[in-house]
Amino acid sequence: MATEEHTDVVPAGDRTAQSPYSNPAGSAVVRSDSFQNPGMPPHRARVTDTDPKAAKRAERIIVGLFYISIVGAVFAMAAYFAFPIRSNDLGSVRLNNLMVGLGLSFALLAIGVGAVHWGKVLMADHEGVDLRHPQRGDERTRARAVEIFRLADEESGFSRRSIIRNAMIAAFAFLPFPAIFLFRDLGPASGTPAEAYSHTMWKKGLRLTKDPSGVPIKASDVTIGSVFHVIPEGLNDKEDALEEKAKAAVLLMRLDPRQLRISPERRTWNYNGIVAYSKICTHVGCPVALYEQQTHHLLCPCHQSQFDITNEAAVIFGPAKRPLPQLPITVDSEGYLIAQSDFHEPVGPSFWERRGDYNA
Amino acid sequence: MTTTPETTTAPAEAVSFDRTEAADARRSGAGVTGWAANYLDERTGISYVVREFGRKIFPDHWSFMLGEVSLYSFVIILLSGSFLTFFFQASMAEVVYNGSYVPLKGLQMSAAMQSALDISFDIRGGLLMRQIHHWAALLFIAATGVHMMRIFFTGAFRKPRELNWVIGFTLFILAMGEGFTGYSLPDDLLSGNGLRIIAGMVEGIPFIGSWIEWFLFGGQFPGTAIVGRLYTLHILLLPAAVVALIGLHLVFVVVQKHTQFAGPGRTNDNVIGYPILPVYAAKAGGFFFIVFGVVVLIATFFTINPIWTYGPYDPSPVSAGTQPDWYIGFADGALRLVPHGWEFVLFNTTYSLNIIAPIAVLGLFIVTAMAYPFLEGWVTGDKREHHIADRPRNMPTRTAIGAAGVTFYAVLWAAASSDLIATHFRLSIEGVIVSMQFTLIIGPFIAYFVAKRICLALQKKDREMALHGYESGRIVRLPGGEFIEVHEPVDEYERWKLVSYNDYEPLMLRPNANGKIPPQERVRAVLSRWFFEDRIEPVSTTEVELASHH
Repeated sequence: MATEEHTDVVPAGDRTAQSPYSNPAGSAVVRSDSFQNPGMPPHRARVTDTDPKAAKRAERIIVGLFYISIVGAVFAMAAYFAFPIRSNDLGSVRLNNLMVGLGLSFALLAIGVGAVHWGKVLMADHEGVDLRHPQRGDERTRARAVEIFRLADEESGFSRRSIIRNAMIAAFAFLPFPAIFLFRDLGPASGTPAEAYSHTMWKKGLRLTKDPSGVPIKASDVTIGSVFHVIPEGLNDKEDALEEKAKAAVLLMRLDPRQLRISPERRTWNYNGIVAYSKICTHVGCPVALYEQQTHHLLCPCHQSQFDITNEAAVIFGPAKRPLPQLPITVDSEGYLIAQSDFHEPVGPSFWERRGDYNA
Repeated sequence: MTTTPETTTAPAEAVSFDRTEAADARRSGAGVTGWAANYLDERTGISYVVREFGRKIFPDHWSFMLGEVSLYSFVIILLSGSFLTFFFQASMAEVVYNGSYVPLKGLQMSAAMQSALDISFDIRGGLLMRQIHHWAALLFIAATGVHMMRIFFTGAFRKPRELNWVIGFTLFILAMGEGFTGYSLPDDLLSGNGLRIIAGMVEGIPFIGSWIEWFLFGGQFPGTAIVGRLYTLHILLLPAAVVALIGLHLVFVVVQKHTQFAGPGRTNDNVIGYPILPVYAAKAGGFFFIVFGVVVLIATFFTINPIWTYGPYDPSPVSAGTQPDWYIGFADGALRLVPHGWEFVLFNTTYSLNIIAPIAVLGLFIVTAMAYPFLEGWVTGDKREHHIADRPRNMPTRTAIGAAGVTFYAVLWAAASSDLIATHFRLSIEGVIVSMQFTLIIGPFIAYFVAKRICLALQKKDREMALHGYESGRIVRLPGGEFIEVHEPVDEYERWKLVSYNDYEPLMLRPNANGKIPPQERVRAVLSRWFFEDRIEPVSTTEVELASHH
């Protein structure tokens, strides 16, 4: 690093760097009759410089602040013991947080304010000047650097022995690949992720149960206008319950059958106006949990996609494109709701391998 | 500056002092501190560093503290974060909660969530540390963003500081990464939904989306690996990168010296301000404790991220009005503003434009902002070094571009709260989204034109002041009955601030040596015209003379 000059002399004159070499100014306008820098204005003394009483007062304030800091730190430590956290007592947590926090705040703020005040009112306030130098090295340094590279090239034969150099570059080019391959086992051992995303644990005859209790749902308990959060029977016993739930969560609603517009191939998918739709948004996968009973719209709270349950969960607003997949349901001999099959298409967000012909 | 007299220091242990000798010795550095300094210097040569940097000058301006706030919040994050690592369990193993917070007792949750709750409810000062950590993180990214705006609007990114702008920008992105990874660690319902969104977005990436998602989560979402992996990123890889880049960022600041605003005595060749020792050390050092104190005070009084009210992550429930931490808002807003229907199937594969488009728009926005210094440098063709910070008004087009960019970001950010805006102001959700879609496109243009006009008007006002002085507020009645307000001339120091700025004119297209005008020069000329067509020249001495004759 170049030595810094510290000087009190303020060079007046042009704003642009005057250096032995000059860089082009581009389309900047350089005028001959622009103003000259007037140089530093006369120094103005502070009250504490001229009035010894003010200086004394400032000194007392700063000392006081540092002592307040000590008091704050001691208080924080005392509060740690004096306001313990008692089990099952939220008030004690709040009090501990408040008292320890207040002590620390005062300890920190008082040191900070004291130091800044000291710097501002009592330390010498004569501004100093550092000179700048052009960022680039001087000509001799640059010439020497070029020379060093030339020597290194000559002595190593980096340019001359191009066959060695190119072989080395090729070797470096191959080196990163093993590192990439080592990550392969982060992925599934066999098959593709897309296959896993395409199926849920729903299957023929599996009962619809309440989320989170897992209690089966009787069709007769589902009144018109009601809504149930549903998981497949036996989900809670699964080892990968959360992963299965992230795909299999279902919303169950009962509407007046006359309000449902049903396409011919889905005529048997509802039971007396009870319909079940995937709860996983077809946009980026948030649970579509907000049901508007009056309009029969489902709203995704994450990005505001809206689905019309009367129209097979078609998207009526928002960034999602596809309707929520419908789970075909019926009842078993005991009157409990069961699935007729898995979903007929992958649930949740779209992915590259997702085909276009699931509903065909 | 003062020079310390050359003295030879005898080894302290070999000397016995009487009272006056001791005082002399202290002055020349032979007391305990003197002994320690000598010990260090003889083993490191550190006196060189003190000589070089001890009296290094830093210029003063309130806006130069924004970067300091950012740096200090990062230090606070490191300190509070280290405390948290002693108690946090980065594991997704299922446990049954049995801690002090009654409403969640007996619930299944991950060990990560349980330990985060224990930090909050069973460890004295733990909640305070968690809140300090979270508030400091929010402040870190906010201060970094405002600091970047300061750099942008004052042109402090110009040569020789273009590379430091890129480093700083990278730090901003890393900071957001730090924030998001940390936010996701407690494995609560809110952050889990955030991860669900990330997973869904990744899934939409062409060709490799489903594979990348699997790689990230170690299987199907949510899996049992993600918290541990994010933890490694959050406390090892990202902090290492941030610390390294902050170091580099500051080395640049020292090597290039800080910019300063135009002012009397301040030139492009000097830096005027206070020396590190003692004034700057006291002020900047004290400021660290003030920032720290304010963060602790906020953490003392204001709850942040109350994971206990969200509960553990479960893929099924979600609460209305979910929002990410503020700095992720712009990305979430971008997802919300995509119009309906941007997804199609072609040759049996799905193109999720509703995900690809926002990612592409944000990527383009970031790359453009990062590349701006190089673009402006190319347009002006100015290869000189610039150490005087611009007043934003004196580069109207740059300021207007910045205003447009800030508006674009702000609309995306506000869109992340579209549902809360709708419920709070009793508007329809659809209406809020649609009007924000329009604002996203039109808003930046309006901001551009308004900012540019304001800049030009302020420049005109500066000219007026430099030429005819300021309005003194003194009304005089002339003998003819006419009232005039007396204008007082500004003093030469004030005037210097008004008249000393860089002025560019549009590029004149000229054929090169081969007698041709290359196409890139034509583009450059168009951009140059766009930048500098509307320009207000700084007042010259000639003009002042002419004005004084009136």
